[in-house]
Amino acid sequence: MERLHTGPAGGRLDPAEYESNFSDLHPRFGKHEALVASDRCYFCHDAPCMTACPTSIDIPLFIRQISTGNEIPAAKTILEQNIFGGMCARVCPTETLCEQACVRNTAEEKPVDIGRLQRFATDAAMDAGRQFFKRAAPTGKRVAVVGAGPAGLACAHRLALKGHDVTVFDAREKAGGLNEYGLATYKASDNFAAREIAYILEIGGITIAAGKSLGVDFTLESLRADYDAVFLGIGLADTNALGIEGEELAGVEDAVDFIAGLRQASNKADVPVGRRVVVLGGGMTAVDAAIQSKLLGAEDVTICYRRGQAEMNASEFEQELAASKGVFIRHWMKPKTIIGDNGKVVGIEMEYTEMRDGRLVGTGESGLIPADHVLKAIGQKLVPAGLEGLALEAGRIVADETGKTSMPKVWAGGDCVAAGEDLTVTAVAQGRDAAESIHCALTGV
Amino acid sequence: MADLRTDFVGIKSPNPFWLASAPPTDKAYNVERAFKAGWGGVVWKTLGEAGPPVVNVNGPRYGAIWGADRRLLGLNNIELITDRPLEVNLQEMKQVKMNWPDRALVASIMVPCNEESWKAILPLVEETGADGIELNFGCPHGMSERGMGAAVGQVPEYIEMVVRWCKQYTRMPVITKLTPNITDIRHPARAAKRGGTDAVSLINTINSIVSVDLDNFSPQPMIDGKGTHGGYCGPAVKPIALNMVAEIARDPETYGLPISGIGGVTTWRDAAEFLTLGAGTVQVCTAAMTYGFKIVQEMITGLEAWMDEKGYASLSDFQGRAVPNVTDWKYLNLNHITKAHIDQDACIKCGRCHIACEDTSHQAITEMVDGVRHFEVKEEECVGCNLCVNVCPVENCITMVPLETGMMDERTGKPVSPDYANWTTHPNNPSAQQAAE
Repeated sequence: MERLHTGPAGGRLDPAEYESNFSDLHPRFGKHEALVASDRCYFCHDAPCMTACPTSIDIPLFIRQISTGNEIPAAKTILEQNIFGGMCARVCPTETLCEQACVRNTAEEKPVDIGRLQRFATDAAMDAGRQFFKRAAPTGKRVAVVGAGPAGLACAHRLALKGHDVTVFDAREKAGGLNEYGLATYKASDNFAAREIAYILEIGGITIAAGKSLGVDFTLESLRADYDAVFLGIGLADTNALGIEGEELAGVEDAVDFIAGLRQASNKADVPVGRRVVVLGGGMTAVDAAIQSKLLGAEDVTICYRRGQAEMNASEFEQELAASKGVFIRHWMKPKTIIGDNGKVVGIEMEYTEMRDGRLVGTGESGLIPADHVLKAIGQKLVPAGLEGLALEAGRIVADETGKTSMPKVWAGGDCVAAGEDLTVTAVAQGRDAAESIHCALTGV
Repeated sequence: MADLRTDFVGIKSPNPFWLASAPPTDKAYNVERAFKAGWGGVVWKTLGEAGPPVVNVNGPRYGAIWGADRRLLGLNNIELITDRPLEVNLQEMKQVKMNWPDRALVASIMVPCNEESWKAILPLVEETGADGIELNFGCPHGMSERGMGAAVGQVPEYIEMVVRWCKQYTRMPVITKLTPNITDIRHPARAAKRGGTDAVSLINTINSIVSVDLDNFSPQPMIDGKGTHGGYCGPAVKPIALNMVAEIARDPETYGLPISGIGGVTTWRDAAEFLTLGAGTVQVCTAAMTYGFKIVQEMITGLEAWMDEKGYASLSDFQGRAVPNVTDWKYLNLNHITKAHIDQDACIKCGRCHIACEDTSHQAITEMVDGVRHFEVKEEECVGCNLCVNVCPVENCITMVPLETGMMDERTGKPVSPDYANWTTHPNNPSAQQAAE
């Protein structure tokens, strides 16, 4: 039976199961649902939700606009602050941002459904093809943006809006960065990432140069010479290695590659997944990889995390979602050896851990978990090649709150900088704010 | 256990909850269902004179306004009196009264404003065994264009005249239903009393346009592109009704005149409020039209529970108790000082009290204290206006706390006086009355 095939393999499920498993996690609100949900907003003064949003969307205003039947103006309110409002509505960990700050939590432990309301409005505007922004008169200034992820494109959009000409370079074949290659498929179904980018690019003045890498096709020096300013939104393109025996075995894979493969697969049945999957890590990537392994038909999926539940970077909502999909989350254990047979992974030996004198240490005891597919989600890191001369700190680019780096004419934002959480919405905010700073530098306004 | 039995101008019912004359009481089928659900009485939908009945529009008859979660707050209607033949209604009324002898059954009547018409219909109604009649001088739409309903209710002399005819031609108790579409409700009430009415009932519906269709530029409800004003009712009109009931209850000329209270009664609490302002029964329509007849069970149990808790054995124990406390503004005690108080444990920090006070009132609530979001009343600015209480989404989070005698009012810098002092004697009042030497 395909379902129980050992070793990473596709086709474990019926086609209908794939379709249902990878459809929208939270389907879009209908008009009635949106009205009921919007009714719950208190229209707070100096609203805590707005303060909690890295892009400072005027949430009470857009919800009030929805409640009066004005979802298109609501979308404008959102997109003025966050051009990726549609994607953020889908992927933001709202339970730790706006919805956590919602006063309704204090009132009755149930926040206003801000994320889904945001999606209701932004989807309405995109479906209607409504554009709210018009480019200013050309300034003749040219800006290079490296990385077509949320930070780079948010920066490019704001610069284009101001009348500058922007070229966005990206090493990959498609624009979008993690919006296109990362993120769980069920959070951005129906090719949403690409549709959103097409919507954003309609403003004009932005050229996408795909398949062009920093350090290969151009250098920071050449960009600084050829353009009036440079924005780096290059993300964290490399992953951390385990550095343990067996890491090279067939069936051991980076979770980000697994997720990217799944995002790009037109037929999910083609994506190989093991029968017994072990995911190493405790962040969103680990959860996304684990849940999707389960959704691809893996029989057992276990997340192993070296610390406790409280330390997991994945939000409580994500952890609960994983549990509800049948993912087993184990804490306080770290990988010791990956066991192979004939060059293929067959299990992983995990050592138990504990905190001793404020430090995480192995206890010396270990256990074996059978696995034919091991997904590593223990963190990504910056690829420093091509960044020579730029100040780095703890493996990330140093930038001030306006995105200015240590190098003249170079700004940076998104996951590649040290500031802020590694979230889409943070990247958007940093890209947007860097654009404002660049505009200021280029025009003196 | 509280006893809800009611004797209203000789009309007995097991509880004070009656259904008002309206669509819910148009036929035996509905009224039977209402009585099964527990309603104490019904005022049958208004009867017109014998002959071809009125006709209603065949498009929408109702319009509405809504609150949060589309709760219906106000309803307006352009339906006329019963459009069924008089004989059918009379026959059904008789049968229903026989089936339900313990319930009140009152006939609402609207016929042209001449003695012959009233003289003709009264014996027919009396023959059904109905417990009383209610004179519909209230409907503001349709019938008023034909010189009936509110067209009569707006002319006190007509009211007095028709009531007099009715008292002359029937032994049944007469309840005069008043329209609120008038400047001073006391005049029609006084006229009804002069005519010899046994009671008044109020309010009938209020002239209204509930909304305008912005695509068709027509009032709602829209009939083939046009609309007309309708009669407004439901929770939104309760405050207007309470005031009018109170005005009649405290007017020396009509003091003691039995009142059946109508207007937005939706819960037991609304009913209790009408009773404290002197009503003997309440009549309900919109709440039943919104939720069905079963709501009466909440009303009955709610009123009983409250009476038990307060130790009231019968309705008369609390009826009219609020009437002496309704007074003119000029008699309010200007030395009574309250300050808003925010319960920080209950506060959810929405900030609405702050912005309401800051933007539109007295700048008396903080938004930030020591760099932290914190809402607290600045007593030196607070005039005790109650706006913050009214906009706060959490009940009892903000309360108005009276200052005790002798305490300092930080706004005026003066201690609270123990004396009662009102505008009539206030030094700023140019016509202040000097106390007698």
